[in-house]
Amino acid sequence: MSAVSIAVGAYLVASLLFILSLAGLSRHESARNGVSYGIAGMALALAATVGLLVHDTDETLPLVLLVVAVSVGAAIGLWRARVVAMTGMPELIALLHSFVGLAAVLVGWNGYLYDEGLTGSLYRIHSAEVGVGVFIGAVTFTGSIVANLKLSARIKSAPLVLPGKNMINLGALAVFAVLTVWFVVSPNLGVLIAVTAVALALGWHLVASIGGGDMPVVVSMLNSYSGWAAAASGFLLDNNLLIVTGALVGSSGAYLSYIMCEAMNRSFISVIAGGFGIEVASSGDTDYGEHHEISAEEVAELLADASGVIITPGYGMAVAQAQYPVAELTSKLRARGVDVRFGIHPVAGRLPGHMNVLLAEAKVPYDIVLEMDEINDDFPRTDVVLVIGANDTVNPAALDEPGSPIAGMPVLHVWEAKDVIVFKRSMAVGYAGVQNPLFFRDNTHMLFGDAKDRVEDIVRQLSDIPQQASR
Amino acid sequence: MRIGVPRESRAGETLVAATASTASRLVKLGYDVVVESGAGGAASQPDEAYADAGVTVGSAEDVWSSDIVVKINAPTDDEVTRVRRGATVVSLMAPARSPELVERLAAAGVTALAMDAVPRISRAQSMDVLSSMANVAGYRAVVEAAHAFGRQFTGQVTAAGKIPPARVFVVGAGVAGLAAIGAAGSMGAIVRAFDVRPEVAEQVESMGAEFVTVDMQSEVSADGYAKEMTEEQEKATAVMYDEEARAADIVITTALIPGRPAPRLISEETVAAMRPGSVIVDMAAANGGNVALTVADQEVVTANGVRILGYTDLAGRLAAQTSQLFGTNVVNLLTLMTPEKDGALTLDLDDPVQRGLTVVHEGEVLWPPPQVQVSAAPKAPAPPAPAEPPPPKKKRPMWMVFAAVSVLLFLVATTAPAPLPEHFFVLTLAIVIGYYVIGNVHHALHTPLMSVTNAISGIIVVGAMLQLGVDDAAVRTLSFVAVLLASINVFGGFAVTRRMLGMFRKADQ
Repeated sequence: MSAVSIAVGAYLVASLLFILSLAGLSRHESARNGVSYGIAGMALALAATVGLLVHDTDETLPLVLLVVAVSVGAAIGLWRARVVAMTGMPELIALLHSFVGLAAVLVGWNGYLYDEGLTGSLYRIHSAEVGVGVFIGAVTFTGSIVANLKLSARIKSAPLVLPGKNMINLGALAVFAVLTVWFVVSPNLGVLIAVTAVALALGWHLVASIGGGDMPVVVSMLNSYSGWAAAASGFLLDNNLLIVTGALVGSSGAYLSYIMCEAMNRSFISVIAGGFGIEVASSGDTDYGEHHEISAEEVAELLADASGVIITPGYGMAVAQAQYPVAELTSKLRARGVDVRFGIHPVAGRLPGHMNVLLAEAKVPYDIVLEMDEINDDFPRTDVVLVIGANDTVNPAALDEPGSPIAGMPVLHVWEAKDVIVFKRSMAVGYAGVQNPLFFRDNTHMLFGDAKDRVEDIVRQLSDIPQQASR
Repeated sequence: MRIGVPRESRAGETLVAATASTASRLVKLGYDVVVESGAGGAASQPDEAYADAGVTVGSAEDVWSSDIVVKINAPTDDEVTRVRRGATVVSLMAPARSPELVERLAAAGVTALAMDAVPRISRAQSMDVLSSMANVAGYRAVVEAAHAFGRQFTGQVTAAGKIPPARVFVVGAGVAGLAAIGAAGSMGAIVRAFDVRPEVAEQVESMGAEFVTVDMQSEVSADGYAKEMTEEQEKATAVMYDEEARAADIVITTALIPGRPAPRLISEETVAAMRPGSVIVDMAAANGGNVALTVADQEVVTANGVRILGYTDLAGRLAAQTSQLFGTNVVNLLTLMTPEKDGALTLDLDDPVQRGLTVVHEGEVLWPPPQVQVSAAPKAPAPPAPAEPPPPKKKRPMWMVFAAVSVLLFLVATTAPAPLPEHFFVLTLAIVIGYYVIGNVHHALHTPLMSVTNAISGIIVVGAMLQLGVDDAAVRTLSFVAVLLASINVFGGFAVTRRMLGMFRKADQ
């Protein structure tokens, strides 16, 4: 048994553990075990690699470097993970993707710089692998950086519309193909730099031209890219663990993005190629009538008298950090015997499952948090719906205005409930830039102001309303 | 300006146009409000209540000499003469049916605003007294029926035997009908309802009643038979009314056609076939009634013991409630017409709402108003079926894709040199596993899943670590950075996932 064969065995077990980990993450009950499997797999893989490194080299410098790099990285990673606010999760995940991308670029460059003494067709394949690995890594890197900047609102989330943007993307791919062939024929640093530059530019442009409304899909897609980047490095380094793990992440991420596109009734290709909500709204000037305002006190009375309440949160709840008061309101109402449930649209927030994480953070029990398809038929039997910071996901125009940019997107049918309370800062339009006729319906009441303050007002008012004995 | 609220002169009227609370809101708009002594007595609004709310209680003279007179019923001839020239009168007027009243108001040189002429657009909903009153009346109709009915509404199994639930049949699902459905349902009755507009079925069902449909055999007949169809439809509908009424214990009819007498829906024969003790409340009695034997304002008991209630004052029987709603509608109207909140009434005839209810303006007859442009206000619940189902997805020939991919992989496996086929082998299987493993992921777990896959994709750290062993300064530097970055990913990703999952909990935990 050589050191190499021990490492291969360990890598095999690690791959299995990763598969178990992803499988475990599909269900609440097994999710925690899933993470443990993942950690175990990673620990095993790292241990085997360190063993291999110790075995292969007599120097101490690599080991010192290794320990330093891992400790610093671990310290930074654990620190960020501890301090990040749950609302800042999308940005953090996008940033982490960019690290994988950059690491893949560096690994690719090393593959070129280090001459393993390959010749003939093997050398050419090696060069091609370097090119592909660097390309995917670089696209992931800049794409994730742009996604991070957009999500943290440091750059505008509106899609960048350059003339002929599809031609730019296709052109970049063509240039990449030519450069790779060139690099295979005569590997040199200049071409590798050119490949890197083209890929960096393409990654930037790809994500910059995707609107903020599609960010959940983009983050998930970048997750997939980071997997492919790892897989490409696996080809380069002749390492099956990297290939397996990269492919797992890559294909699961791609499928996840696909599920989300389905949920928004959008073409997968068109989201990836960029361009949601760029079409000019055709019915922008429709007069929808007037909206009705309501006070927090009246909302509290409505809620106290209700027997069924559904809360549909959106990104606005995350922005206002309203999940804690919302959770408090929920537990107060439940204590009064009101049936409170949450309806979560698949693309609510800026990350898939964003709302679930926020509500879980605020200790809302997850079995009253339902998804759109589970709850959509229950709205007609519901007394009060609280729409907290959601807009496009509750827009009836998606169903009845074929000309609307969001036409055909499945939405929560909140307007079928008896009363709908919309928490909103102002009458401004939502992320997709579409006016929402929901606000002008007769059974819709607008509660303006900061969502957190308003919900707290309601909680306070609710305490003053005596509980009915007859419940 | 001063607003006067007189005592209603009509015999038996219980309502008052302003309660203490709505009057105080008028005061907040900057008006002086005078209420005639005793005006609110029948609506549980004693003079003291007004006085406590900061409203003056005065004599009839004080009230009628006001700048604005707000009342429930249209002013009588006598009352019209008491209104000051140039003053404004706000009340129910039914201007379409009472041209002579409109003439007299014009002759008196006043401005007359008819509360029952508010255009039915969503912006004006808050001033629509007809809706407010119909809502109360529908509720009261059920209460009257329950009072006259010799049984309970709710079904029970008791030691003294089983009580069957009452069967209630509501005709017309407008505001009154829906209110009646809700009230009857909440008392435990089995409620069925019908309306000629099939689109209201959803609203009926949302109130907990069953929507009755009319069987139409020849619905899909060829064109050119429209007339015959209508006849057939009418016949089928009549049969339905007959069957439903016979089966019901309580029938509540609310069918009205604007500007026409109420349609006759329940025939004498049907009434004769109903069970003794059954009750019919005919809410259309004031307009002739939906039931053959209805007498307005009377209770009629038929030979077979069916009681037909033709009360036209159902809303007035809940005087305090209706007065409050009417008063609030008035406040909403005056809020609209007092934009500066300075107690100065300004009539903006360019506003379709204000134009619509202005019957007479300073002695000039403005009735009928021009047709209101009903805005694109979406009406209450959306039509049951969304405009069109999404077009069926194009079936991609799966086997072709599969075949193409297979051929490609086969070529790679057979032609590529040593490590490549093996790599593709592993890659392909891993892709398939990744797809299936994720297949049933719970939506709520998308974010934890993504962050764990993110952590796992940090596996690239393995590659970077191996490159640390290469004895080359540049390679080492780059791989050092790569290891560092990937480590952030690995540790950060797992830590954040654990933190997230720690928050998910079940209700009972």
